[in-house]
Amino acid sequence: MTRFRLERRERTPVLVQLLVPVAAVAVALVLCSGLVRLAGTGILHAYGLLFLSTFQTAYDIEDTLIKAAPLLLTGLAVAVAFRARFWNIGAEGQLMAGAVVAGFVGERSWLPAFSLVPLMILGAAAAGALWALLPALLKLRLKVDDVVTTLLLNSIMLYGVMALLEGPWKDPRGGYPNSPSIRPAAEFPILAGTELHLGILVALLATILVWWAMARTTLGFAIRAVGHNPLASAYAGIPVGRIVLLAAIMSGALAGLAGAGEVGGVRYQVTSDLSSGYGYAGIVIATLAELNPLAVVPAALFFAVIFNGAGSMARSTGVPVYLADVIQGVALLSMVAGRLFMVYRLRVAHHA
Amino acid sequence: MLDVLSTLFDVGFFAAIVRISTPLLLATLGECFNERAGVLNLGIEGIMLLGAMTGFTATYFSGSLLVGVLVALSTGAIAGLIMALLTVVLGVSQHVSGIGMTLLTSGFAFYLYRLIFGQPAVPPNVTAMAPVPIPLLSGIPFIGPVFFDQTILTYAAFGAVPVSAYLLFRTPWGLDLRTVGENPHAADAAGVSVWGVRCQVLVLGGAMMALAGAYLTIAQFNAFTFGVVSGRGWVSIALVVFGQWNPWRCAAGALLFAFLEALQLRLQATNTLHLPYEVFLMLPFVLTIIAMALVSRNACAPASLLIPFRKEER
Repeated sequence: MTRFRLERRERTPVLVQLLVPVAAVAVALVLCSGLVRLAGTGILHAYGLLFLSTFQTAYDIEDTLIKAAPLLLTGLAVAVAFRARFWNIGAEGQLMAGAVVAGFVGERSWLPAFSLVPLMILGAAAAGALWALLPALLKLRLKVDDVVTTLLLNSIMLYGVMALLEGPWKDPRGGYPNSPSIRPAAEFPILAGTELHLGILVALLATILVWWAMARTTLGFAIRAVGHNPLASAYAGIPVGRIVLLAAIMSGALAGLAGAGEVGGVRYQVTSDLSSGYGYAGIVIATLAELNPLAVVPAALFFAVIFNGAGSMARSTGVPVYLADVIQGVALLSMVAGRLFMVYRLRVAHHA
Repeated sequence: MLDVLSTLFDVGFFAAIVRISTPLLLATLGECFNERAGVLNLGIEGIMLLGAMTGFTATYFSGSLLVGVLVALSTGAIAGLIMALLTVVLGVSQHVSGIGMTLLTSGFAFYLYRLIFGQPAVPPNVTAMAPVPIPLLSGIPFIGPVFFDQTILTYAAFGAVPVSAYLLFRTPWGLDLRTVGENPHAADAAGVSVWGVRCQVLVLGGAMMALAGAYLTIAQFNAFTFGVVSGRGWVSIALVVFGQWNPWRCAAGALLFAFLEALQLRLQATNTLHLPYEVFLMLPFVLTIIAMALVSRNACAPASLLIPFRKEER
């Protein structure tokens, strides 16, 4: 009799580590091709547009990089938090917290012009960190489930921002519930001749910094240890609670930075639809990157490509733009399923 | 002052609470079953949206509300089955697969809706489910119009509360289910199929969540809009914690939430209190977090919630 059973691997081969995310995305694309057929469009035609339309002109490429910046930051935010087993589903709310502070600072007329951009960036990071600190403290002090609190804090933040934008903070000159525009001096500087704003540089620097912190510092080691085995870490003298708090602060700050980039570099004001699901996309990106800060870069770029490409695909074919969302969901699910093959290996056991 | 109160809290207001609580009850009870057996289903928000979409579309094309309900139930059951495959059979992270399910099912619902209906200026609509007044009972003053002049789905949702409590606490199946959620190895040793029970409740829960979504599009409203669920799934997740995994308390939480939403709608319509309506929408979330912080010390979350069961591993 032949039986299959899963056997825990001693270590995961590098090839498998590289292959599984690629395979997950491939599975997602194959499964979603059925939906493309349903829309009556050729699969290659639609996928061609989905991927290649974002590389047509220099402008398209810039647009993809602009889209990738918040995805990179929320991806890093989730990667850091998940590493420490702080289940931060709240990057969406932390991003909005950052955006609100960036928008508020950028609008202040009494601040000296040169201080606006740095204050917006620092303020947004602090706001995101605070919004993540609350659920982390509740988890550590009162054992309140972090998944539920971070999820709820997203809604609380969104309704709070909506109330502000329809009430005291509404732009008096506009009919829409938006905040007043930030001062011209608060708009993030752009790379000459392009649309690429400072937020992209911030995202890249943050990636390098997070990678360095996670891979090369004692703090990073402690975060990984706590995530791996909190009991053993505590036994080894690592202050588990403080490490989780630090990871939460880092995570929230990263998401807050994404909010600063969107306000300072893209919208120049705060709107309630500022984050079109970047926080949740961050979970997909971090998972595909296996929580590795450097691998977050290609994952974020991939989703920036398909989010932007889906728009042009929808315009020139009958395929609805929501294909990108379905791909995102299927890729995440196939990745979590595929990860099983990293931890386990399939063994065929023969019995006489 | 009394004048204001009597215009605020009339029969229509309480009937609205009952209507608004219907989808919350269905979804919360579905999630409660899942979590009692040890599986957190964060796919709830997306599954509700999918049920809202498929239930509406099936009703639109068949002209039959029954077909709509059945289609919603089956899509929800399929979504629950996919969730079961991932979290029970493969035993992967429940958080991540739940978020993945929400992304997948909501994207899928939007995709199909756009494909079928395009972008019409006026969203297509169906004849919404009509209330079925219960003879005699609906004649009782106040109580009658509030509770006994509702749609069949509302009766089903309110009936589901005692039925769920009975199933969970008074039947062998419920005992198995709770044991699976508390101590799956003990359940396994006693001959209960842990995977079997968990798969059953995920399918049941998924169907209830999708029905909750369908109630929104074919009974409470009569059309599908992209924001129709707008966080009601996340509310239900909170209500299960708020209700301490007990159907009766979950129902009380759902009614409290519905009260706040009805109050918000009424205040907006009558323009009596000048508070942003978002404050009322936010309030249940804030209350849930406070309640969780207060009860967390003696919280009774199922001990094996979030932990996959593999026979060979301990």
